[in-house]
Amino acid sequence: MSEPVRVALLVTCLVDLFRPSVGFAAVALLEAAGCTVEVPRAQTCCGQPAYNSGDRADAKAIARQVIAAFAGYDYVVAPSGSCAGMVRLHYPELFADEPAMLAEAEALATRTWELVAFLVDVRGMKTVAARWDKSATYHDACSGLRELGVKTQPRLLLASVEGLRLSELADAEVCCGFGGTFCVKYPEISDKMVTDKATEIAATGADAILAGDLGCLLNIAGRLTRLGIPVEARHIAEVLAGMADDDPAIGVPARSS
Amino acid sequence: MEPTSHSFPENVRVGLADPVLQRALGLARTGFPLRRQQAIERLPEFEALREEGRQIKDHTLAHLDFYLELYEKNVVASGGEVHWARNAAEAREAVLGICRSAGARIVTKGKSMVAEEIALNDHLERNGVTPVETDLGEYIIQLRHEPPSHIIAPAIHLMKEQVADAFRAAHTGLDPDRVLTEVRTLCEEARTVLRPQFLAADVGITGANFLIAETGSSIIVTNEGNGDLTQTLPRIHIVVASLEKIVPTLEDATTLLRLLARSATGQEFSSYTTISTGPRRPGDLDGPEEYHVVLLDNGRSELLGGEFQDMLRCLRCAACLNHCPVYAAVGGHAYGWVYPGPMGAVLTPALVGLGEAGHLPNASTFCGRCEAVCPVKIPLPKMMRHWREREFAQRLSPPVYRTGLRLWAAVATRPELYHRMVEVKARLLGWLGKTHGRFRSMPLASGWTLGRDMPAPEGRSFHSLWAERQRRSGR
Repeated sequence: MSEPVRVALLVTCLVDLFRPSVGFAAVALLEAAGCTVEVPRAQTCCGQPAYNSGDRADAKAIARQVIAAFAGYDYVVAPSGSCAGMVRLHYPELFADEPAMLAEAEALATRTWELVAFLVDVRGMKTVAARWDKSATYHDACSGLRELGVKTQPRLLLASVEGLRLSELADAEVCCGFGGTFCVKYPEISDKMVTDKATEIAATGADAILAGDLGCLLNIAGRLTRLGIPVEARHIAEVLAGMADDDPAIGVPARSS
Repeated sequence: MEPTSHSFPENVRVGLADPVLQRALGLARTGFPLRRQQAIERLPEFEALREEGRQIKDHTLAHLDFYLELYEKNVVASGGEVHWARNAAEAREAVLGICRSAGARIVTKGKSMVAEEIALNDHLERNGVTPVETDLGEYIIQLRHEPPSHIIAPAIHLMKEQVADAFRAAHTGLDPDRVLTEVRTLCEEARTVLRPQFLAADVGITGANFLIAETGSSIIVTNEGNGDLTQTLPRIHIVVASLEKIVPTLEDATTLLRLLARSATGQEFSSYTTISTGPRRPGDLDGPEEYHVVLLDNGRSELLGGEFQDMLRCLRCAACLNHCPVYAAVGGHAYGWVYPGPMGAVLTPALVGLGEAGHLPNASTFCGRCEAVCPVKIPLPKMMRHWREREFAQRLSPPVYRTGLRLWAAVATRPELYHRMVEVKARLLGWLGKTHGRFRSMPLASGWTLGRDMPAPEGRSFHSLWAERQRRSGR
């Protein structure tokens, strides 16, 4: 690969709080792809909770902070299609009537990528050096799929993981029912949606469900454990980085030694 | 129909607990998307057609006044009459007035969502005119005294057993031994009852899928042929349509027709596509003696030039309903008014008010499937977000939710404070959840833990661990 490029990691608020191992897996993958990775400390969240709740003023305040924190890097990469989609598609929309900010928002938008799409589409990665002796299925998280076109890239890289047997999930493109604040505002609908998803996952007989967005994974993992379905949920980055056995799966306690 | 959209959460519980509805929705959620997908795979230019469809509608909306006047001129030139209705009441009065002037007692009706919007049947019945729905689905729900639950398949919430029950209850002359277990026998039974009504009707009322400005024509598409019998047999044909149904030319309508059936049912074309232009002319073999169009605004013109104008492109194909996971979970009645699903979540607040229908644009995960399948590329999630913005600005959302959001944002815009709080939370929850790896219940998170566990955090925040790693490596 060519000379190192400077990548800033957009950690995402869920990875920061719930599952830092996804962040470290992302760093490992980016470094393997020839990037130097920095983590701007002035980041918190992309602002989507405010934006999708109709609170435009707070969404803009947070977006301004992100735009400032991530200025000057070659690329900004997030282990989430949802957060990357927010920056790429919705920041320019937020500042549509502020020409100076719009230019900055658009400049950031064009440099911002979802992790797996970045590895394949920008860095030309075709294989990973990882092994995982399990069967898995993959859920296409909505924002990555429909806002950013993340569909073939994760399957390409997963196919190169030694020992991994990947089977397709029925209705893989149907929403799992997370939807940010949706899942707590309309919990009964969300439960029905995630139950359907859990049922399809169980029907594959796979050991693991993988996806590229931690929000969806927390939702799916939470329903799987509640139903007692023994399928482990993990972020795709953990598997691609060969770190899937370093930490227990989402919602599963560490084995007492 | 009186909206019950404000009771959306209660309506949802009813829908989720209804085993018949859940069985019916289970069939629809896979059937419709599969047939649409197969249809568009056979048409390589489908994506280009979507763009063309969008442009036709955008052009028409940008010049709507011009095309409406041209349309009226051509309706009149072909011997028909246009009745402009600003609201539902004016539309109802216009229809009733025509029925009265004809001394009508029985009115047959083709399927029309605008007729549902203006609650036409109730009004006619109260005034001594008997409306008879002739679309099978509409006929079934008329017998059951309930509103449609879907804009192209009004009785989709029912299985055939409920239909048989409705027929046995209403068709008093029905032989109790008659077997009504197959779809075919149900259709035959409906046909037997409806045939004499077609012949007895004084007035036939249809909707319109398109109104053609250059010819003054209306177009309907059906799969049952009932619309044709409704509009050609009675002495008077009334078209009830909303003003955004207008397109400039027949060619434009043809382009949109190529999108419509494929998006709706996965058919290349509906079984019947019928163009009506004015009343019967001298020498015509059939057709009505009078042709009226009741053209409804009902708040639509207020959407022009604003952030909801794109909604007026809607063809009413129902692809957004058919692909919506929320609709598939709760069914159409939960939405509480005429238009359910994503298109209803955008349109209903515009037509009945945000105070009544505020839940609908909130009850979406923004999964984006509706926009992805819309034949005229309506940005439905974006417009639902616009409603949420209005709701927030007008302080219509719950105060506890608004306050929580403002507090969260205040912290999220102070990174160092935010990082300290996340680290405390990660350590605390990580420690509390260490044994089980998850929580079965949690204060302030009952919505989440109702049906799923809350996975426990790993125990440290990423930013703290990263800072430590940087210090260790001396960077």
